[in-house]
Amino acid sequence: MIRATGAILRKDLLLELRTKESVPAMTLFTITVYVLFHFGLDRDSLDGEIASGVLWVTLLLAAVIGVTRLFAAEREQGGLDALLLAPVDRTALFLAKAGALFLFLVAVEVVAVPAFGLLLLGPGLGGTLPELLLVLLLANVGIASVGALVSALAAETRARELIVPLLLLPLMVPLLIASAQATEPFLRQDQAPEDLGRWLGLLTLYDVVFVLLSVAVFDYLLED
Amino acid sequence: MYSKGLKPLSLATVVTLATAMALVFFYAPLDADQGFVQKIFYVHVPMAIVALCGFVAGGIMAIRHLRSGDASWDLRSYVAIHISIILGVGVLVTGSIWAKASWGHWWVWDEPVLVSFLVVFLLYCVYYPLRFSIEDSERQARYSSVFAIVAGAFVPLNFAAVRLAESYTHPRVLSQTGGSLPGDMRLTFLVSLLAMALLFVTLWKLELTAKHASMQLKRLRRRLHARVAA
Repeated sequence: MIRATGAILRKDLLLELRTKESVPAMTLFTITVYVLFHFGLDRDSLDGEIASGVLWVTLLLAAVIGVTRLFAAEREQGGLDALLLAPVDRTALFLAKAGALFLFLVAVEVVAVPAFGLLLLGPGLGGTLPELLLVLLLANVGIASVGALVSALAAETRARELIVPLLLLPLMVPLLIASAQATEPFLRQDQAPEDLGRWLGLLTLYDVVFVLLSVAVFDYLLED
Repeated sequence: MYSKGLKPLSLATVVTLATAMALVFFYAPLDADQGFVQKIFYVHVPMAIVALCGFVAGGIMAIRHLRSGDASWDLRSYVAIHISIILGVGVLVTGSIWAKASWGHWWVWDEPVLVSFLVVFLLYCVYYPLRFSIEDSERQARYSSVFAIVAGAFVPLNFAAVRLAESYTHPRVLSQTGGSLPGDMRLTFLVSLLAMALLFVTLWKLELTAKHASMQLKRLRRRLHARVAA
């Protein structure tokens, strides 16, 4: 199963490297949303709750693009049938897709978070890097597993561009609460952590629940 | 098939509902704080509890469908979610009225139960576009069940998360639905809850019967057309 997961993941990453479809689009999208927020809020620099909210809502909206495109290559070129014909466990397919989405999100954040610090954030990002990385990591696990699940759910529907955001964003509410609340103290002037353990605990709980749930139900999706 | 015991059940529902309403208006005391408008509590809270239980029950029925492959469990799950969404509209409307009367605003964001309910309601609204944009009936049942299970598991998680977020800024000392109700209010509340639960089951059975009948009618019609054509 690990080999199958690795093979599908490698295929997805190679495809992304060659076509450069999802990650550049998602990154460009985050920068555009920062510009929109700059004009929408009419503020040159943000801090505290607003900064944290803008950052996380932007990242979630960018994730919607990645989730919509996650099964695009398979669908458009009939690769899904080949994947389903191959004697591969569905769990491997889920793990590979979630892994690909996770790496896409990391790649986006490598650009989008420093860009946020540069463009919109008042206080600097430097002092709180380890904690912020931990929050981003845990949030990415949650987004990746729910995203892979939602993408597979919507893959067979007629209106999938419509279903993905409508389905993904409400499911993201607990994750948004935890990540935004965990990040908020680091984006204030004093940068003292506050209740970090509680929000990391909630993020971890969210990740565990949705990874297990996705693995359990993924067998019933994409079969024919 | 689904209509077994529907008549006594409907009768019991009518009697309990009438009793609950009588208790609400003539037996339960006026709330010292909020006065008459507090009586909406006996509709709003049971409705919310029943709707949430209906969502979770839809998820459990969906698990049975995926386990057994029996399409009738998918129909049961679909109808349970359908009725819960209808009750959900009622919950949001009555909650809004109550909020306006007691806090002066149609919507308050620091009431964690109401906010969580809105998130859950928004999620479940996607059940319809998802279900009806899949044409193949076997696949439709399977995908809808997966949605029902995921969303059913999401309900408690979301409530925990929203409550955590709110209690962070607004410590809640008094809980309105907690055990601190005086005896006559609690009795009224429990009867209202029972009435709402019975109403849910009756509507669920009624809708199942109607759906089943219309499906059978469609099947018979198709057979008749085939015979006429032949």
